[in-house]
Amino acid sequence: MRDYAWQLYKSFQGEILAIPGRAIAFFFLLFLFFVPLVTENPYILRILIFTNIYAIYAASWDFLSGFTGQMNFGHAVFFGVAAYAAALLNLNLGLPPWATIPIGALVAVLAGLIVGIPALRLRGPYLALVTLAFPIILTGIVFAFPDFTGGELGVSGIVPLSDSRVFVYYLSLVIMIASALILWKLTDVKSMFVRTGVILHAVREDEITARASGINTTKYKLLAFSISGFFAGVAGGLCAHFLRIAGPSNLTILFSFQPIIWTIFGGITTIYGPITGVYILFPLMEFLRIVPELRMLIFALIVVFVLLFMPEGLTTRFRDKIEVECPRCKLTNVATRQYCRACNAPLRLGQR
Amino acid sequence: MAANILINGAIIGAIYALLALGFSLIFGVAKIMNLAHTAFYMLAAYFIFIFAYQLGLSTISSVALSIVTTTLIGVGTYKLFVERVREHETTVLMITIALALVFQECMLLAFGGHFRGAPSFISGYVELLGVRVSDQHLLTFGVVLACLLGIWVLLSKSKLGLTIRSVAQDREIANLVGINVGRICLITMAMAVALAAISGAMVAPIFVLEPHMWMHPLIMVLAVVVLGGLGSLKGSFAGAFILGYTETFVVFLVPMGSFIKGAVALAVMVAVLLIRPEGLFGVAFEEERL
Repeated sequence: MRDYAWQLYKSFQGEILAIPGRAIAFFFLLFLFFVPLVTENPYILRILIFTNIYAIYAASWDFLSGFTGQMNFGHAVFFGVAAYAAALLNLNLGLPPWATIPIGALVAVLAGLIVGIPALRLRGPYLALVTLAFPIILTGIVFAFPDFTGGELGVSGIVPLSDSRVFVYYLSLVIMIASALILWKLTDVKSMFVRTGVILHAVREDEITARASGINTTKYKLLAFSISGFFAGVAGGLCAHFLRIAGPSNLTILFSFQPIIWTIFGGITTIYGPITGVYILFPLMEFLRIVPELRMLIFALIVVFVLLFMPEGLTTRFRDKIEVECPRCKLTNVATRQYCRACNAPLRLGQR
Repeated sequence: MAANILINGAIIGAIYALLALGFSLIFGVAKIMNLAHTAFYMLAAYFIFIFAYQLGLSTISSVALSIVTTTLIGVGTYKLFVERVREHETTVLMITIALALVFQECMLLAFGGHFRGAPSFISGYVELLGVRVSDQHLLTFGVVLACLLGIWVLLSKSKLGLTIRSVAQDREIANLVGINVGRICLITMAMAVALAAISGAMVAPIFVLEPHMWMHPLIMVLAVVVLGGLGSLKGSFAGAFILGYTETFVVFLVPMGSFIKGAVALAVMVAVLLIRPEGLFGVAFEEERL
């Protein structure tokens, strides 16, 4: 038993504490777990719950567009379809949230497959612009059947997740961390047992070569669409049950662009990048409510200037400053080290 | 009814065509997907409102001033923001959409969210097919058509047009034969923004002005460009009229049509792309050609 705990501690030390990026992420998440102990202010918790939900949403966009290269400009369709599905199921059939959110996510998977089918034939800018159309078409459907979907007002009167806001906070936090870990593991290039990471990178970089190497690119593209749709759907269902309303505001163009802004701000093709982006930009957006007229303007200017000086994104820039990869064994080290912590090879050129 | 649809569809189609032309021009030449394109259209319309209504300048001078100012703003933003990140495609997208939001918010701060209208350039109307068409609508239509024709002549006949087309075809080779690619990109950007500004200036008297007026045209322009085939001017033209007429049909014939006109037009686009993934006039192997 003690041996096992020691092993666990050693692997924790080697896998998390020794890698500065992971250590920061770990302590930040640990900090998030302690937030309700410090303050139970419902407003702060509300913002953090939204941040958690949107973090799932942004990470799912990164999985699809960052890793697979299928530029999706209509990500809101997954979020919205799941929110509507969860809301309608809850309202009409009386299903509880623990059933409606997974079903909503499955509906979003279906939407992912429907959007994914044109995606198999289109690429690059065509795909981006066609996906942009789907949320708008769905909005049209919502407006065309106002009796069923509530039209402009949306579906309201849904059962809340729980009466306790602290419980909702922990729920959203746990779901966010679980989703982020799953997405991150699925896209891990160095992983020995999950090959999707390498394959998705290959599909993005050169689809024809990937196909020539025996990868069924059709299958993997549809897989990326459905996984991404699933997580966006989870976020949508959570959001519907938290807000107790699912409306066409979940389908606007701006809402499709939000995850893209978050992701590119935080650093694309990383999974933790979009989450960082949400945790910085969304609370900032709420903080800017002190100057309501200037809010959007300041937000847009911040995005412009960050992208101008760090076009590769915040976390990517920061990570390259604090981490260095060993040229021999490919292990990640703290940038302050001179020699690799595992194989003792010099980490930089010109060192002996 | 039929005549109404015919005439309104033609005007909307022509405006979309002019906007889409500029968008696909800058995309073809500089590989920049400029999502702020219709924001310039919105800016130009607001400048008409400022110059013609608030300052009371004459029609000709306010149109000229608004086009020049908008073009200068467009070139300035290109130089300051877009050119430096041109290599990162997604970053360009985000920067341009953020710039569009900046313009929108500036207009919101300056004028509030009220619906506004600019005074007509000319008054009077004519009877066409039994429908009263105001001279303003005809003027808009005529100017847009003249611009389309002018840009086509410029691209196909002049030396500048040849240079622009060669940069669009192959950047590196164009650079090798001594074309200043950076400058051509700048000129194309100026042309594209000027086209957006012209359409904005011409619609100012007939459309409602509000800071969000760039959103819907942006979506439609993207749809038009994709429907016609990216980089194909003929395609943009055909796509613009197809979608313009689709929208007008829906508005006139379907109850609550103005709510779902965008959705129907986009559904048409998706349907066409399912049959022809490269668009109506696009080239199947875009990568190989460029």
